[in-house]
Amino acid sequence: MSKAKFSASRRRFMQTAGAAVAMTALGPLSFKQAQAAGKYTIGVVYVGSRSDYGYNQSHAEAAASLKKMPGLKVVEEEKVPETVAVQKTMEAMINEDGAKMVFATSFGYFNPHVLKMAAKYPAVHFAHCGGLWTDKDPKNISSFFGYIDECEYLSGIVAAHASKSKKLGFIAAKPIPQVLRNINAFTLGAQSIDPSITTHVIFTGDWSLPVKEAEAANSLIDQGCDVLTCHVDGPKVIVETAEKRGVYTCGYHANQASLAPKGYLTGAEWNWATPYKILTDAAVAGKAPVNFLRGGLKEGFVKMSPYGKAVSDKAKKMADGAKAGMMKGDFVIFKGPLKDNAGKVAVAEGVKLGQQDPVLEQMNYLVAGVVGKI
Amino acid sequence: MRSSISDYGAWLLQRIWLPLTVALIILILFAAFVALIGQSPAEVSGLLYQGGFGSAFAWQNTLLRASPLILTGLAVAIPAQAGMVMIGAEGALALGALAGAVGGIALQGAAPHVVQAGVLLAGMLCGAVWVGLSGWLRNYRGVNETISSLLFSYIGIALLNYFVEGPLKDPDSLNKPSTRPIGDNNMIGNLPGMDVHYGLLIGVLFALISWIVLTFTTSGFSLRLIGGNVRAAQMAGLRVGLWVTGAAAMGGAAAGLAGAIEVAAVQGSANASVVSGYGYTGILVAFMARQNALAVIPVAILIGGLEAAGGMLQRRLDVPDAVVLVLQGIAFVVIIASETLRGRQLFRLTPVAAKAGGAA
Amino acid sequence: MTGSGLGLWGIPLEVLAGAIRVSTPYLLVSLGECITEKSGRINLGLEGVLVMGAMAGYATSLASGSPWLGVLAAGLVGALFGLLHGLLCSMPRVNDIAIGISIMLLGIGLAFLLGKPLIQPQAPTLGAIPFGFWSDSPQIRSALQINPLFLLGVLLAFVLHYAFRYTRWGMRLRIVGDSEDAARALGYPVLPTRISATMLGGFLAGIGGAFLSLYYPGSWNEGLSSGQGIIAVALVIFARWEPLRCLWASLLFGAAGALGPALQSIGITSAYYLLNAAPYFLTLAILIATCAPNRTLQGAPGELSLVR
Repeated sequence: MSKAKFSASRRRFMQTAGAAVAMTALGPLSFKQAQAAGKYTIGVVYVGSRSDYGYNQSHAEAAASLKKMPGLKVVEEEKVPETVAVQKTMEAMINEDGAKMVFATSFGYFNPHVLKMAAKYPAVHFAHCGGLWTDKDPKNISSFFGYIDECEYLSGIVAAHASKSKKLGFIAAKPIPQVLRNINAFTLGAQSIDPSITTHVIFTGDWSLPVKEAEAANSLIDQGCDVLTCHVDGPKVIVETAEKRGVYTCGYHANQASLAPKGYLTGAEWNWATPYKILTDAAVAGKAPVNFLRGGLKEGFVKMSPYGKAVSDKAKKMADGAKAGMMKGDFVIFKGPLKDNAGKVAVAEGVKLGQQDPVLEQMNYLVAGVVGKI
Repeated sequence: MRSSISDYGAWLLQRIWLPLTVALIILILFAAFVALIGQSPAEVSGLLYQGGFGSAFAWQNTLLRASPLILTGLAVAIPAQAGMVMIGAEGALALGALAGAVGGIALQGAAPHVVQAGVLLAGMLCGAVWVGLSGWLRNYRGVNETISSLLFSYIGIALLNYFVEGPLKDPDSLNKPSTRPIGDNNMIGNLPGMDVHYGLLIGVLFALISWIVLTFTTSGFSLRLIGGNVRAAQMAGLRVGLWVTGAAAMGGAAAGLAGAIEVAAVQGSANASVVSGYGYTGILVAFMARQNALAVIPVAILIGGLEAAGGMLQRRLDVPDAVVLVLQGIAFVVIIASETLRGRQLFRLTPVAAKAGGAA
Repeated sequence: MTGSGLGLWGIPLEVLAGAIRVSTPYLLVSLGECITEKSGRINLGLEGVLVMGAMAGYATSLASGSPWLGVLAAGLVGALFGLLHGLLCSMPRVNDIAIGISIMLLGIGLAFLLGKPLIQPQAPTLGAIPFGFWSDSPQIRSALQINPLFLLGVLLAFVLHYAFRYTRWGMRLRIVGDSEDAARALGYPVLPTRISATMLGGFLAGIGGAFLSLYYPGSWNEGLSSGQGIIAVALVIFARWEPLRCLWASLLFGAAGALGPALQSIGITSAYYLLNAAPYFLTLAILIATCAPNRTLQGAPGELSLVR
């Protein structure tokens, strides 16, 4: 290379370097804005898109409800993978945005990411959705979750009334305890009406695979299932496919009634605003974090979609009856004798597992009547 | 070709000023886009700088995110020397993580350093075999390596999922199916005085050694000869099959190592979380670095910085992640297209680049 | 089995139905990419174009009420992205593979950003032709609901097969793709041919996206494409740049993909990750079985940077 060219490049280098310095000067401008008015800052981290019409949106709606509370500032980051990225995102919320509380909404964030950050920042309150906090874990973690299996049980009751073939279909992402509990509760609800009912399960392998979910829905319908429900991140495709094929659906995460005016029976919905408010109020008031927070229909953590047109009065009566028991707090979904679908005893005779029992959060079986293996 | 130290200086400078000029073009385009969606360009560029490089925290954030990308970038850049377009790093990373975890569990009870070495070696070996297969198939069966590496990648991810949710599942991992942990005391720690784990150093060393070998040794020359003209290489007496398979395996080793580091420095066990797109981003890193093993380092840091900064954009401006994706898309398109700005081609690093240059 | 299920007999029907339903995006994208690659360029960005097409098609259908207008819009947006790729790659020293990957990211980002308001509403979707009217079985009737875009794709595969061989256009495309020098010597415009071939490829990929959002699964969301665009590009190499082989490859891929859910619906759920990876295993196995060292280059355009 010639000398002339060398100096030309050098000059240009200085120019761009100057531009970089100018940009640095701009930095503090925006920083000031973020620290506005000494508000209590809360960070919320999502694994998927905030507008997925499913799981992440249900959390984003709760975050939106926090924004309306006075004295709070909410910063959000979506599509944060369960890698160092989430650790750094939580740390950035704390270091760069001054967050005093962080909501980590994906189960996969818990171990090791939330555990590590909670140990590193003992003054920050970490609220994690779905995790199983134990005595060994940092005290500044709250793990919260909702007993949505109650809604699944009620959906099962409604589905059993609607089904003619007595075959129900369940499309699930992965055979993890949270999902298995839903499948089992749905099946038990249906079997409380007709013990001969079976639930056919398809695992797609991941949380958002619309084409595979549509394929699964079609396969189940072709096998004679006439009520479908699911546990994937965005149920829209499944609800729509069922409606097109003329079978019934029960929704999940949010109310999908508008997608299937004919076939939508009811659905299991989150109401995260309740735990978000409980945890935030306590944190703002400076109280020690509740480490283990759970709630069902009674506590308002979950709710049912309004019944669709196709739901018979008899079905409504039965479901409402069970719901009343749940609201009172004395309804037990998982009680012995209960066998799994391999014939082994899952819950022994005489044993009643109340909703709060942590054993239920380690569920690793499908109950008798579910067709499929884990 | 290069002959003296001053040439290297000039070469280095071009390496510096060109990216900066390009950065300016990107900023202008992005300003237009940002204004279009109703945000302030000045604020956005300020945030981008602040979030990626504006503080010690931001730098460490950036470096941590860059660390796996250096290795996955090499997974593409090294086979490219021999004229291969490998796009299967994601699957090799997944299997590297799985093998690393299995190795770590098998070595339980040994000294932490032994376990760590075992994890990393197992990951490297597994990745090397997985991508090496694509190289071998190309040479001995004539199977196009781009498609076979992509298919192998999907299969590798399926295998990881199968094993962590099936035979290798730790019953205690509940809602996040994982292998058993390799143990807290066996985890790779942070670099002294930093909040960045040793994986960064391993990646940088891998890149440096690769660059030295590829640039200054006959091995590098042989690979480029094969990449440039297989027949000439055969006539020169090179055992093409061995070199091609070896280059593919070295790339695979880099990807497998990235997976093993994810286990040993971050996750503590193998699970589906390691499949987070590092392998695909690595393709971009390699192409932006023009398949130069050394240039992979700054490019990976740039992308790491963009990701760190993207988080800050989301939080401060309440914009969706898609805005960050668009920014990255604009940035990458401009950077790749800026190849054309190069005054003259200083050297032909890779047959791929050379071929594209020749074809246009 | 109880009820109206088909049991084991449902499997072949499921696989057939799946092949028809799932294969169309692969088919359209791979045919588009086939045209592009015949001209000597590779556009690895079709995944982004597909997603962009899916979003644009859904948005247009929602706004206009006409899904076919959506298909057209998706094609046009795809062509626009093809034009961008074609122009950028026409500049000296710009690598087509790398530009493709960056355009993929840009397309996905734009589609996600502009598609935010489209996730919840329901747009009018494309209908299907009921070829199963003769049957009493709802399963068969459903399996033979065939979307016109699938038929269009099949027809196009035959048309391209013929056109590549026997028309002036096809000849010019192949010469430009095989040897720039020869094309110049014959007076063929190299860059315009390549740019228009890339646009055409983008057009078809956009329509492939519209099939996803407007027919199957018939909805817009950010997870809609799980790599169909990338796989389709790979299928072109698999098909050795032959449109008819693209058709068979797409059908095979769709059929293999339907196998997993079909088996699970009758209770065979173990190892479903491996079952779901069946298309990849199968493609790889066929590839290994049919390749030989001296046949690698068969059908490959000489100017293609990917295959040398």
